[in-house]
Amino acid sequence: MSGQPLELILARQFADSMGMAVFIVDPIGNLLFYNEGAESILGIRFAETGSMAVEDWASVFTPTDEHENPLPPDGLPLVQTLSTHKPAHGSFYIFNNKGEKLLITVTSFPIEGRPNRYLGAMALFWKTVVT
Amino acid sequence: MKVQVWGCRGSLPSPSPEKDIFGGNTSCVQVTHKDICIILDGGSGIQRLGEHLGNEIKEVHILLTHLHIDHTMGLGFFLPLYNPSIKVHIWGPATSDETLLKRLRRYFSPPLFPVRLNELPTHPIIHEIDESEFMIGDVKICSSYICHPGPTLGFRLTCGNSVFAYMPDHEIPLASPDFPNNPEWTSGYNLAKDADLLFHDAQYRPEDYKSRIGWGHSSIVDTIAFAKMCGVKKLSLFHHDPGHTDKQLVEMLDEFTNEKHFDFDIEMCAEENIYDLS
Repeated sequence: MSGQPLELILARQFADSMGMAVFIVDPIGNLLFYNEGAESILGIRFAETGSMAVEDWASVFTPTDEHENPLPPDGLPLVQTLSTHKPAHGSFYIFNNKGEKLLITVTSFPIEGRPNRYLGAMALFWKTVVT
Repeated sequence: MKVQVWGCRGSLPSPSPEKDIFGGNTSCVQVTHKDICIILDGGSGIQRLGEHLGNEIKEVHILLTHLHIDHTMGLGFFLPLYNPSIKVHIWGPATSDETLLKRLRRYFSPPLFPVRLNELPTHPIIHEIDESEFMIGDVKICSSYICHPGPTLGFRLTCGNSVFAYMPDHEIPLASPDFPNNPEWTSGYNLAKDADLLFHDAQYRPEDYKSRIGWGHSSIVDTIAFAKMCGVKKLSLFHHDPGHTDKQLVEMLDEFTNEKHFDFDIEMCAEENIYDLS
């Protein structure tokens, strides 16, 4: 077993302390950690799933537009951050693991350690009330 | 690989008759193997080391965990820096913007110190490292960022089958979700795993740590748990609080180790200690 870089450990510790939903992924998009806030939105529990390969967690919920048309991966902020290493922001609908349709808003940003070490990305997201 | 302690006090040199056993000099540890001389940190202990360095040593490698003053304050008093026949390398943590050289120059300049780096007979050779792996002679060195304010590295030195891990300043629980049950997510685990000898920060008693969270240091209880998690063979508790006397350090060790079973050795590190890892 190898250890995670300090920056990811601290990011996880930070996420674990937060009420709002947080996702942490490695440079290729594998889901390393999600917190309680994310659990309640996604309808899954980290204690049960553990970390997940990108193809596994991408199938847990289905991102769509308002007409329930599936969104291409590069339309998602976190995917954009993974490919550009830059922050991204956006809103879209998901069907979570409980079958609920939710509008969520996501802000994602890269996790870069010193000096210029790209280690993955963090996404903060929240349910958006449709008015 | 021989490991010799020239300073294991934390934060501030604090020599006094009450600290005769464990010593008052700040972090400095010498690692030798054949003609290789590696010095971990340039605390006040490096001054005396410089006076005792053998004439056969022509090259010295100083590895700085970080640039807090207790780890660098002895550099200006290290005699080999003034001896042009000795080549001195300084290795230290990289940051995102300022170079290591520029940060070292802050110390080697007035008003902190009268001699500038470029006024030394031979400018030391500066190496920036981060998550690095490199060889100095037969000694393989792995460095990794660990949890402490500012860019701070821990080191793992491997020579043959012997492993020495050095983390003098390290706050374990702050960067270890579910500590000590999740090694993969524990700062410093990779460095200390299965080490024959671990020097690790244990500045505080558990009750003292509660009011010092975020200061960058660990309690003796957390450090012992970390050593157990990492499967080390010997733990030497390091970075003694400058206010702790010999008597207090002995009492602290006794309180947290007596009548408990550990499958590894635990001691309070002391200046002059020598370890032969082979």
